[in-house]
Amino acid sequence: MRDKRSLILHLAVLAALLAALPLLSAYHVTNVAKIMVLAVYAMGYNIAFGYTGLLSLGHAMFFAAGLYAAGMGISLFGLSAVGALVLGPVAGGLAATLVGLLALRTAGVAFMIVTLMFAQAGYLTILYFVRYTRGDEGIVIARATRAIGSVDLSADTPRYLLAFGIFALALLLNLALVRSPFGRIMVAMRENEARSRMLGYNPYTVKLTALAVSGVYAGAAGAAYAVLFGYVGASLASVQYSILPLLYVLLGGAGTVLGPFLGALLMFYLIDYASSATSAYLFIVGAALILLVLFAPKGILGTLRERHARWLP
Amino acid sequence: MAAVTLLEARGLTRHFGGLKAVDEVDFDLRQGEIHALIGPNGAGKTTFVSLLSGRIETQSGRITFDGRDITRLPAHARVRLGIAYTFQITQIYAALSVFDNVALAAQSRGSHPLGAAAMEALARVGLEARKDQIAGTLSYGHQRLLEVAMGLALKPRLLILDEPTQGLSQGEIETFNGIVKSVVPEATVLLIEHNMDVVMELAERITVLNFGEVLATGTPAAIRANPAVQSAYLGA
Repeated sequence: MRDKRSLILHLAVLAALLAALPLLSAYHVTNVAKIMVLAVYAMGYNIAFGYTGLLSLGHAMFFAAGLYAAGMGISLFGLSAVGALVLGPVAGGLAATLVGLLALRTAGVAFMIVTLMFAQAGYLTILYFVRYTRGDEGIVIARATRAIGSVDLSADTPRYLLAFGIFALALLLNLALVRSPFGRIMVAMRENEARSRMLGYNPYTVKLTALAVSGVYAGAAGAAYAVLFGYVGASLASVQYSILPLLYVLLGGAGTVLGPFLGALLMFYLIDYASSATSAYLFIVGAALILLVLFAPKGILGTLRERHARWLP
Repeated sequence: MAAVTLLEARGLTRHFGGLKAVDEVDFDLRQGEIHALIGPNGAGKTTFVSLLSGRIETQSGRITFDGRDITRLPAHARVRLGIAYTFQITQIYAALSVFDNVALAAQSRGSHPLGAAAMEALARVGLEARKDQIAGTLSYGHQRLLEVAMGLALKPRLLILDEPTQGLSQGEIETFNGIVKSVVPEATVLLIEHNMDVVMELAERITVLNFGEVLATGTPAAIRANPAVQSAYLGA
């Protein structure tokens, strides 16, 4: 019953996103396509942070792994757009596994610092190999290569549809994951690691698996960003891009499947409107976050779940 | 009938700095018995069972479980072998439902179907009506019983209970005694307990620890009559 209800809710959200396409102006079509890609990234972040309790400050590295695997794959090695979209999640998952193998020897604040350091090292590596990565200036992916068959992915509608397809797949897999037996173990690890160990679960392998899945999501989002928006630059690997998914997840609701998307949507448009109104738009974003922490510390959907809808996954 | 040894510790040692928490302890647990571990505060009881369950690393000595050397095995792997440990300070998933708490234990054991196994464990401690309640909102006594239910859902071969009746009412203690009696002889129980009534009612054998060493092991009657135990612990 509650499974059916939540499945219907998630399918309804997907249907609404698809139905919105003909109603939105070109400007908003581009925005929502970008939001869906960023939401995939935030969903991945949420798997590590929201469900497993791993507060990472280094996810930009996993996003960038997918981004550069796709971008450099296309521009340097002649990879196809489809090949890039497959390579991205592999690169993201691999990066997360390698970082996790070392970083998961720590926990709490130390884990935050270690992941931050790894991501900064990754960022500086991108700047250092400027010959291949083009550093801050970035790689602009030729429009001709951003296509599947004869479909031009830089055009508004195909871009929206592909972003939607990746988002829908990521959302439904996320839903299946958190309802699976492994999903329950991830939550158990977040809630009480000592107890979980004494129920026979190895904290290290559970957390490493969750982090790897999280990296696959981040890498998929990075590759989608490169292919759909045609730009691959070092700024997308900076610490700001590690914080961004954290903010989305906190706003939408950590440990909820739809929270990352809701957070990305609201934060994106909050920044969009605030920055058109004032140059001090970060002030408005900051005020919104303070209000959030004061009145809904579990995020919008987290608070909703607590008060009204315990069935929300 | 010769008793089969389930768990055997030889020369088990753990020091914390200058403190000999557990020092050269030899210990045998027979298959299917209820064995109580008693001793004054600070005698090393919790440290000793933590060595058995793998929560604390052994400094020297050897532990064998069912003929297998487990001295270097991490705690979670020992749980998989069938050594369940319930915490002295209640460790439940306070934010999850009662059902999810027990389901996590049943799932670890690979029980199928999961729901039935979890409900069975809850029924044994009388909490089945509270399955949808958030575990953190249970009364203290019920939280202790939930902890026991999680231990049962693991279907352990050895159940280690660390001061399970602490803070329970007399009625809850009687429920608890019934649960422990129902676990043997399929499983073996090692019980740390301060409540002498519980020890005398349940235990077939008792081991007394003092300053990290075994003072005596024997039947309740032998322990009660042991002059060294009397002076060290029973205060007679």
